[in-house]
Amino acid sequence: MTKTNVWIASVATPIMIVALLLFAGSRSLTAADMPAPGSAAVQIDNFVFGPQAITVPTGTTVTWTNRDDIPHTVVSTDGVFKSKVQDTDEKFSFKFDKPGTYAYYCSIHPKMTGKVVVQ
Amino acid sequence: MPHKKQDLIDQNLQDLNDDGVDRRGFLKCMAWAGTGLVWTMSGGVPVSRAFAKSVDKTAVKGADFTFVQISDSHIGFNKPANPDVTATLQTAINKINAMPQKPDFIIHTGDLSQLSKPSEFDTLDQVLKGASAKQIYFVPGEHDMLSDNGEQFLQRYGKGTKGTGWYSFDQKGVHFVGLVNVANLKAGGMGSLGHEQLEWLEDDLRGRSASTPIVLFAHIPLWTIYPDWGWGTDDSAQALSYVKRFGSVTVLNGHIHQIMQKVEGKVSFHTAMSTAFPQPAPGTAPSAGPMKVPADQLQQMLGITDVNYLVSGRSLAVVDLPLGAGSSATANAGGI
Repeated sequence: MTKTNVWIASVATPIMIVALLLFAGSRSLTAADMPAPGSAAVQIDNFVFGPQAITVPTGTTVTWTNRDDIPHTVVSTDGVFKSKVQDTDEKFSFKFDKPGTYAYYCSIHPKMTGKVVVQ
Repeated sequence: MPHKKQDLIDQNLQDLNDDGVDRRGFLKCMAWAGTGLVWTMSGGVPVSRAFAKSVDKTAVKGADFTFVQISDSHIGFNKPANPDVTATLQTAINKINAMPQKPDFIIHTGDLSQLSKPSEFDTLDQVLKGASAKQIYFVPGEHDMLSDNGEQFLQRYGKGTKGTGWYSFDQKGVHFVGLVNVANLKAGGMGSLGHEQLEWLEDDLRGRSASTPIVLFAHIPLWTIYPDWGWGTDDSAQALSYVKRFGSVTVLNGHIHQIMQKVEGKVSFHTAMSTAFPQPAPGTAPSAGPMKVPADQLQQMLGITDVNYLVSGRSLAVVDLPLGAGSSATANAGGI
């Protein structure tokens, strides 16, 4: 190993490790990867809410992320919550303060339905 | 499940009368090649032939009037299937302007915009201004009513219409009805016309002679194509019951971004291509999202629909023209 290569290995490797740690740290903060306590995530993929039904404790904030190329909405069947139109990668959150079963659908593509059960 | 989809298409096609052209084979071919289809209706008897065989333009010659259907422009969409939907709409307008017989008017069957944004409607208006046909009739798609229950759509394109934008008009003895089936959709359902509109439709058709040719147009298909993807209208049977007594009924829809057709009694159903991006055939993809195709194939999967009406012959010819085809019907002849 030449002198230069040793220098690169001894200096660059710790920098890369730190960078990787920082990257990993920032990723762990996103709701999709590791939901913080009191939160839950629903993804919209291929015109489907996933998971289609989730059960969460009272006080949980549920965040929907639209991962389709087509806009969707998240609208409570009983009028409890209603998102604006969500384009690709946009998110909508709602905090469920009362126990109950909340059915919802996409008002643009009403075949898309889902359910949040709050206990 | 490709075979499931094929069954569905075959089922739709088996209703068509046999006139010597293998439509099933042709439509399969068309689905790949994206070429056109001439579809003529004569006194309730459907006649269909390959676009390539219409070189003599008999469908066009002597037509009392002609109109063009465009659909699903989705202005504002900018994703990989088609990053420039304004350009492809412009191509569609150029194609219309180059037609040998100038169309009397244009019908746009909805999804003008992607997100109902004023800037998207502005861009659409700018492109449509260049059309040789100055009269354009619109019905909204679900994308045009996203944030304000369609208020803006009504202000711009629905002046003088009823309810959420339905209306009718007459052109040289043909009665046209524009219907809205994208408003107030119910969870778990498909397209919906609603009680108020159905009552209006019944009233609008009442007293008209059974020999009046009727053209119904709406965004979502008024026949059930694929319920899993919501490709149908829950209460369309009610609407179709009102047109049963008429001798010639043509239904023009958009929404599914591909050509599908069916004849049921005296009613002919037809869906148009999009000017923006293709969508998969029913059941051939996980969802109805945009179908990504190689750039050189895109224009074969987008297009416009040219409709010629012959009063004397009581026939209606529907011709689909892909954007990638030549500038006239003749130029596309033999193009399969």
